[in-house]
Amino acid sequence: MLKLGYVAMLAFTVLGSFWLEVALKVRVLRRVRRWALSILPIAILFVLWDAYAIAHHHWHFDTNQILRIYGPFKIPLEEFLFFLVVPLAALMTLEAVRNVKKHWIVGDEK
Amino acid sequence: MSYTQIAVSAVLLALVLDLFVLRTSLIMRKVFWTSYAIILPFQLLTNWWLTSRNIVMYDAGSIIGTRIASAPVEDLLFGFALILGVQSSWVYLGRRGV
Repeated sequence: MLKLGYVAMLAFTVLGSFWLEVALKVRVLRRVRRWALSILPIAILFVLWDAYAIAHHHWHFDTNQILRIYGPFKIPLEEFLFFLVVPLAALMTLEAVRNVKKHWIVGDEK
Repeated sequence: MSYTQIAVSAVLLALVLDLFVLRTSLIMRKVFWTSYAIILPFQLLTNWWLTSRNIVMYDAGSIIGTRIASAPVEDLLFGFALILGVQSSWVYLGRRGV
């Protein structure tokens, strides 16, 4: 149970944002190409930052509170999921604000 | 480079991306700051969870030491750069019809 400390944070973020997809019909998830291309380049930069920070001991993780599944550069699985879940939540929030404030300019209007 | 230096650089890079590379100018728009105002309390809450329980721990020599809701202030810069970078890319791609 203790190993799910970081996973719990990710689950909370998903629960706290993905309901917008249904309730406010923000339609972020279904635009797969757009969200994938928005997130991928930025996420790669942050993964490189994470790799550097872990290698230089800027931060480290309690191995009792993570799943202990690692990707490249000794980065825990939770970190990779973080760079997917948090950006998706940010995009859903942006689209939710757009849906509520329809006269506000976002910058991609036709 | 310390976490502080990288975090400040990341925010500057995100601003350059938004204003001059992708030219989305999100930081000039109410929609961005409103979404950020919604996201920020959740970031503070999740950061607090990760840091107060020592799920993530920081090297004292890599941060300036100021903490907000138990997390290094640098984390706020990290989050801002991540959010602005992704949202700016999203708007850019939308404008291009992706």
